[in-house]
Amino acid sequence: MNETIGIILIGIGLTFDFFGCLGLVRLPDVYNRLQASTKCVTLGTCSILFGVFLMLGPTAAGIKSLLCIIFLVLTAPVSAHAIARGAHRSGVKLWKGSVVDRYAEDKEGGL
Amino acid sequence: MDMNKIKSSNRMKIVRWLIGMFVILGVLAGITFYPIKILFHPDLPFVPLFSRCLIILFLSAFLCLYRILRGPTAPDRIVAIDILGILIVGFCALMCIPTGRSWYIDIGIVWALQSFIGTLALAKYLEGRDLDE
Amino acid sequence: MKSKIVLFILGLFVWLLLSWPADGQDFFQHLLVGILVAGFVAFMTGDMFTSRPKHFIQFRRYVWFFYYLPMFIWECIKANIDVIIRIIRPDLPINPGIVKVKTSLKSDTGLTFLANSITLTPGTLSVDIDKERGFLYVHWIDVKDKDVERATSIIVERFERILRRIFE
Repeated sequence: MNETIGIILIGIGLTFDFFGCLGLVRLPDVYNRLQASTKCVTLGTCSILFGVFLMLGPTAAGIKSLLCIIFLVLTAPVSAHAIARGAHRSGVKLWKGSVVDRYAEDKEGGL
Repeated sequence: MDMNKIKSSNRMKIVRWLIGMFVILGVLAGITFYPIKILFHPDLPFVPLFSRCLIILFLSAFLCLYRILRGPTAPDRIVAIDILGILIVGFCALMCIPTGRSWYIDIGIVWALQSFIGTLALAKYLEGRDLDE
Repeated sequence: MKSKIVLFILGLFVWLLLSWPADGQDFFQHLLVGILVAGFVAFMTGDMFTSRPKHFIQFRRYVWFFYYLPMFIWECIKANIDVIIRIIRPDLPINPGIVKVKTSLKSDTGLTFLANSITLTPGTLSVDIDKERGFLYVHWIDVKDKDVERATSIIVERFERILRRIFE
């Protein structure tokens, strides 16, 4: 039973991973790519790790995969945030179809 | 004139989308029917299933590598490197089951933390600041 | 001193999870090494860890945290399905932009968790924090409203309500 649920979770995770990387190729600009890839790949890899935990049970490797989930959920959004801020400060423009950019307006007003 | 251009570009987009879907479905069918079994010893459990899973992860990694090679700006490449690190964590976790070696997941944990620190350093470099600020 | 004790307990907990004894024979050796290492780390860097160690003892914060967790996972799954549908449609239905939202959280941990939750939920990615005036700059893949107040009520409020009870 646990093995079946684990295999299903691993399959869901692989699907999310693959579509996240497809978004990395298809979307037009750094920020959109960051959105798609960070969300999909983080949830997909967490799903794979939880499936591995269900298949292995509470052994050493299973508990370590649970810890790895905690580390990933805490660190992946922070690195996405850092890359987005660095890209905006280094002068990468938004995609030409973008609607509004309050950050650039406020930075020009403030500085 | 303008309308014609827009229409033709839309048609090109849909044709490209159809070609891409065709390639992806073909590759998935190929994986399902002709899996590569060179990675593991065939007596271990779940080997056919997990060799298929690992090939899907390899495909995602190739999409990331495309973005690293083609990315027009530096942040694109950094995003792709970050995503590649997270994919490798999933890869290490998957290798744990068919080989039965539990130290793969240790490599996964260390890789997650290390790639996080590397990404933070690259983002700081992108902002043009010193590392100790 | 209290901050050092909190860091010591957390470090020992993570150490015990990392060196999980499969058959229970080397448990006391692992415990001894863990106490030594966690004590050393807590003694060296304990003062920077948290400025308000009293919050770790209050029980209701944990209850709200375990109420927050399933909601967060559900929002996360919804976000992923939304993004995947946007990716595989041939006409790429995106409408991106950076909007400004207001937040009333003050503590560093609360702001970090708010930014992480915004990043992992539907169509939004936090770009920068203006901590003095309490503004967050959020990249939104499908801008529904450019106004500060209404964007705040769509993006932030469902998390802020709970995170205030956990971290403030």
